[in-house]
Amino acid sequence: MEKKHSEDTQRRKFLKFGLLAGGAALAGLGIQKKLYADSLPDSGVKVKLMTADGKLVEVDSAHMTHHIAESTISNAQARIGIEGKKLIMVIDLARCANARKCVEGCQKMHNKRAPVEWIKVKKMQDADDTAPYWMAQPCFHCDNPPCTKVCPVDATFKRQDGVVLIDNERCIGCRFCMAACPYNARTFNWGDKWGVAKDSAVSCSPSAMANTSIETSMQDKMGTVSKCDFCVDMVRESKLPDCVTNCPNGTLFFGDANEDIVTNGEETFRLSELIKDRAGYRYLEELGTEPRVYYLPAVERNFPFEDDKEKHNTTE
Amino acid sequence: MIPNAHLETAYHELSEEEKIAHRAELRDVVMKPLRHTGWLGKAWIGFLLVVFLIGCYAYYLQLKNGLKVTAMRDYASWGLYISNFIFFVAISLVGALISSVLRLTNFDWYRPITRIAEIIAVSAIIFAGLIIIVDMGRPDRVLNLFTHGRIQSPIVWDVIVVSTYLVTSLLFLYFPLLPGIALCRDYLTEKPKWQRWLYKVLALGWNGSHRQWQIMKKSIAIICVLIIPLAISIHTVTAWLFATTLRPGWDSTNFGPYFVAGAFQAGTACVIIAMFVFRKAYNLQKYLTEVHFNQMGKLLVFLCLIYAYFNLNEYLVPAYKMRGAEGKLLNDLFTGHYAPLYWSVQIFGMALPALLLLWKKARKPLPIAIIALFVVVAAWFKRYLIVTPIMLHPYTPIQDVPSNWAVYFPTWIEISIVSASLAGVLLIITIFSKLFPIISVWETLENEGIELEELDNPEKK
Repeated sequence: MEKKHSEDTQRRKFLKFGLLAGGAALAGLGIQKKLYADSLPDSGVKVKLMTADGKLVEVDSAHMTHHIAESTISNAQARIGIEGKKLIMVIDLARCANARKCVEGCQKMHNKRAPVEWIKVKKMQDADDTAPYWMAQPCFHCDNPPCTKVCPVDATFKRQDGVVLIDNERCIGCRFCMAACPYNARTFNWGDKWGVAKDSAVSCSPSAMANTSIETSMQDKMGTVSKCDFCVDMVRESKLPDCVTNCPNGTLFFGDANEDIVTNGEETFRLSELIKDRAGYRYLEELGTEPRVYYLPAVERNFPFEDDKEKHNTTE
Repeated sequence: MIPNAHLETAYHELSEEEKIAHRAELRDVVMKPLRHTGWLGKAWIGFLLVVFLIGCYAYYLQLKNGLKVTAMRDYASWGLYISNFIFFVAISLVGALISSVLRLTNFDWYRPITRIAEIIAVSAIIFAGLIIIVDMGRPDRVLNLFTHGRIQSPIVWDVIVVSTYLVTSLLFLYFPLLPGIALCRDYLTEKPKWQRWLYKVLALGWNGSHRQWQIMKKSIAIICVLIIPLAISIHTVTAWLFATTLRPGWDSTNFGPYFVAGAFQAGTACVIIAMFVFRKAYNLQKYLTEVHFNQMGKLLVFLCLIYAYFNLNEYLVPAYKMRGAEGKLLNDLFTGHYAPLYWSVQIFGMALPALLLLWKKARKPLPIAIIALFVVVAAWFKRYLIVTPIMLHPYTPIQDVPSNWAVYFPTWIEISIVSASLAGVLLIITIFSKLFPIISVWETLENEGIELEELDNPEKK
């Protein structure tokens, strides 16, 4: 197993581009575009590159070797988590206008398509005469997770940084975790390429797919469970999850409880103050699952509540 | 105690010739189905085989295409397979009840039916194990349960207790069968070579010596005690698969005993049906008498009442409070979408049987067999009601899903596979009864006061 992961050459979202092997000899001299232009037909797709001396050049895609970026995170490391962090999310219900961009961003990021949604936007109404509101629901990465408790093979587990992940190479597909999750945060790969977006460039080579580590895996193995992974591979690169950056209204905040900070990319708050000032709460607190996602109540809303004009996910 | 159910005079008052004739008669009656299979029997086996093979084909399709061929989706992520699993585990408990509880409490009338109860238990638990593998998304990774097993998971508890119960039940079936196998070895000399070889190997050199009887009886006594906690734990652990979750409807401390009570009730009904069928098909009227049906009827009334008590606890107490999501679920069961099924199951599978069987006439073989059939069918649907409605009544509202995700009705593949598992159970029972005596000769005779050493002693035959 260890050997396999040290050879990990998979990177999930965007292919990172490296220079051709022969480029080593030309290092520091910039891209010698014409050197290869004679031998290969152009693909017509231009890729921008920064040379070692800081110049921006355009190279035809056909003249490059497309390296799949290396994931240096072994499965053992992926089970421990990112040291020193306690990842956390805050969702401001007053800002949510049901734009569903978090759903789309998540699907694009993880190469999913409808109806598989790792984050859902639901119309909530607590009682008949109370105001309805939109509520984005990712996996809550509970601190007392009912799902990981019941897993018979330790395929889903809780990490030190608070994240709950799934090892899709180990999951036996019993779906006990799905039955145990009171939030229905988990989805199942009912068939081959279930919910996998067809036109994605990331449906990369079979060998790369086979080498996925837990953190970067596409979670699309048939007969296994998948769910929101808090984009921990992005976090390792100090980037925000796509649901957060994709929201046009800055509804979702992501951060680190140890640093007591959350951000939506534009605004940054002290986590403790935000929760205190805005009366933050957690969904179904009475179940005792200790979710790592806080909600700020939908008061003084940025948008009036508007019902959905169309139905979503009507077909498989 | 009903000794000598089929004897007009007590056994010990018979003359020596009469005794020998009596024993020979019992032996001949018990051996007859092993010697000869009629067209009806062959048609029955053929039918079961066809159903079984259709299910195998359906499973092949499921393996090839994944679980998308079922009606299960992200909300109803457990369905027919799981409810069928609970049903099989439930009826497998009857082996322990009939053979062990009644044995330990010195009820003697049960003795001719122990083997029927045990083979039902063994075949049901085998298919419980198989159907749970059918439900798995990755059956190819089943060994992960051993290489990466987590003892904290109720599924691992289930694997441990179900496999232990299977082994113990097999021994509980096998030990009392030894004299029967020896009988087959000695008398069924016209059978093909492989079958005679089978008898010879399985009989373990049984010759009916005093010491062998001693060892066997001691072994049975030990298993008798061991199997009761095992049986209770297999179904309690099965109940815990649900009760350890936070779902409204499963989140109940009552689930363990509720499942065990239902299991005894359903299993007893299964034995009554099997008794009726074997009595007719194998002409065992003299040994499976009306007295047995009468007693089983009384037992079933008792078990229905216990089950009713647990149902009251399970449904009425939460219904009094009607709390949140559970209240919605209960409304759906009592007056909503599931109401026709729910009330049919409760009335025809529990209330009416308990009431009708109070009359002696209803405890005659045919009426009680029909009532038992209702109980078993209702028991199967009850398990469906324990799984599906709860999955479709989660805390969070079901929104933005394809219309087939918000409902559950099994596909033909699921129905074929479940039918195949039921056919498989019946097939094991049928084939077993064609290979080995379905009535325990020695237990029946011992019940009549016969010294066991007389039974297999060749000089006294």
